[in-house]
Amino acid sequence: MRENKGDILLLENPCRFAIEVRGVSRIYGASSERVTALGGVFVSIRENEFFTLLGPSGCGKTTLLRLIAGFDFPTEGEILLHGQDIAPLPPFKRPVNTVFQNYALFPHMTVAQNIAFGLEMLGKPKDEIRARVDEMLKLVHMEQMRDRYTGQISGGQQQRVALARALAPQPKVLLLDEPLSALDYKLRKEMQIELKRLQSETGITFIFVTHDQEEALTMSDRIAVMSAGRIHQVGTAREIYDRPADRFVADFIGETNFLQATVVGTANDRATVRLASGEILDAGLPERFKPQGEVTVVIRPEHAQLFADDGEESGIKGVLENVVYFGTDTHYHVRLGGGDIFIVRRQNTRTSVDVLEPGVPVGIRLGSDAALVLRD
Amino acid sequence: MEHTRRAAEKAQRADIRTRWLLSAPALVVIALASVGPLLIVLVYSFLSPGPYGDVIWKPSLEGWFNVFFSRDIFDDTVSFADAHLSILWRSIKLAIGTTFLTFVFGFPTAYFIASRSPRSRAIWLFLITIPFWTNLLIRAFAIQEVIRNEGIINSLLMSAGLITQPIQMMFTDFAIMVGMTYVHLPLMVLPLYASMEKLDFRLVEAGYDLYATRLAVLRRIIIPQVRPGIIAGSILVFIPSLGSYVIPRVLGGGRNLMVGNLIELQFGQGRNWPLGAALSITLVFIVLVALAFYVRNVGKSGGSHG
Repeated sequence: MRENKGDILLLENPCRFAIEVRGVSRIYGASSERVTALGGVFVSIRENEFFTLLGPSGCGKTTLLRLIAGFDFPTEGEILLHGQDIAPLPPFKRPVNTVFQNYALFPHMTVAQNIAFGLEMLGKPKDEIRARVDEMLKLVHMEQMRDRYTGQISGGQQQRVALARALAPQPKVLLLDEPLSALDYKLRKEMQIELKRLQSETGITFIFVTHDQEEALTMSDRIAVMSAGRIHQVGTAREIYDRPADRFVADFIGETNFLQATVVGTANDRATVRLASGEILDAGLPERFKPQGEVTVVIRPEHAQLFADDGEESGIKGVLENVVYFGTDTHYHVRLGGGDIFIVRRQNTRTSVDVLEPGVPVGIRLGSDAALVLRD
Repeated sequence: MEHTRRAAEKAQRADIRTRWLLSAPALVVIALASVGPLLIVLVYSFLSPGPYGDVIWKPSLEGWFNVFFSRDIFDDTVSFADAHLSILWRSIKLAIGTTFLTFVFGFPTAYFIASRSPRSRAIWLFLITIPFWTNLLIRAFAIQEVIRNEGIINSLLMSAGLITQPIQMMFTDFAIMVGMTYVHLPLMVLPLYASMEKLDFRLVEAGYDLYATRLAVLRRIIIPQVRPGIIAGSILVFIPSLGSYVIPRVLGGGRNLMVGNLIELQFGQGRNWPLGAALSITLVFIVLVALAFYVRNVGKSGGSHG
């Protein structure tokens, strides 16, 4: 029972990064039918950070999490925990704990026994375990449930127990594998706030895996957007949303209008482009990027405004095709001269009236920094 | 109120009647095939032996008396029937040993199969059941061929120069244990596999994640989860190995009797049916006591929740 006591990785010189992933690949299968789950990923996760791996299913985010936890081993590359390579260590020697997607609570143990399990395995003294279990039950507001079996509590309560169980041994890094996906909408919202609170209260680095962009944007300090086994962009929610690095990120996060355009000229970090429909547009450029010829320009629907086209104001011209009411806002689908659909979003107020009917000619007004040229 | 209550009671009575009717065929089969023969054996154990086998319908406690005591044929002095009691005790020891060994070999086997892909699981399970296709007697003789003095093991060891004299394995308790473990192994593997198949391997990962070593995961997570399979497998192995007849007869020779052989002896050469019947009832009683003890002790330590 105590055979592993003491050989849990001890961290001598804490470094700025909790986790550094260096050139990690994970390739499954024999040479004939190789599947690359992760292809040469580099990412550094800071201490005390709420870091999110965001991407569609099959993008490699869970694979990366499992590599950090130690349930799987990289085909190549190394994973550093506070500067020390943990890639060869089995999961039970890594000071890293996981909250599993389906919680994976032990059904033959009570809530308190579940929470105590990790501490028992570390060989902690009995009274220390009891104190720590009490503390954890309080932290997740589950004091009343301590002697229930895990099959006798609700999904949201199981979620809290899973969190308490993973936090009890005070890991250096907490891994969360889509922990909120099984909860209903209201509860999910509650738990998002709860997770944020737990992270700031415990000061533990959280690595959170999700496919839900809203979850990622609202909770994370930084986000890594992944697809097809690689990381497209790492940045804060604002950076990812406002300055997407490539087409995938722009498309995956939020809604975006993609417009084909030709570069007319560039100056500093701005470009002048001509749209397929003939309008000339001023657009921002990503860093160190001087495009020529055909490019894609992205414009967020909420950064554009719609007006009835009476021929007096300039802007992108089109015909209003459809009006979709969403409660908080209304989406206007505009058919542009070149044939593309452009979506404009307007925030609703209680008294806002739709003066524009489908079929009328409309113009689209853009703020000075609404348009952005994509890197590819 | 009164009216609805009476209607509900009536419906409940009808429901109970339906249930009895539905289970009636099963109850008839159980009565005819299990309880009936046992009653006959019980009655026989209280009768007198006939001169050429069979029983005489004269009540007697002689059969039961002979289970535990023996009367000297010359001077009628009474002493404990050491032979019977030691054979009973040996049988219990061998049955426990067999159960233990089948668990030791069966657990990793079942775990191995349960952790394969669903398609190869079917193949492995199929391989496990192959020995059932062959007659028990033939399998016993096959083992004899492996372990007898001129058998495969001894001749290999001797030709390799490791031993000069063959190791005596036939006609020992070792031979009986080998045979019974081999024969009963599938009965342990199949129920173990059935409960391991339901095992959530994510719980195993959760255990590793919480600093449990492989041994701790086995003890604290896997074994509690597959406890029903362990209980079922142990019962399925213990009962037939306690009453084993063919294996001790072939591999134990005439000298290493088990209670099954003793009973057979009474109905055959011994021509003492009441004693055989009394020994049979004793065996049933031992099984019942062992089962009650086992289920209570193994069943309770996992908590009532499953």
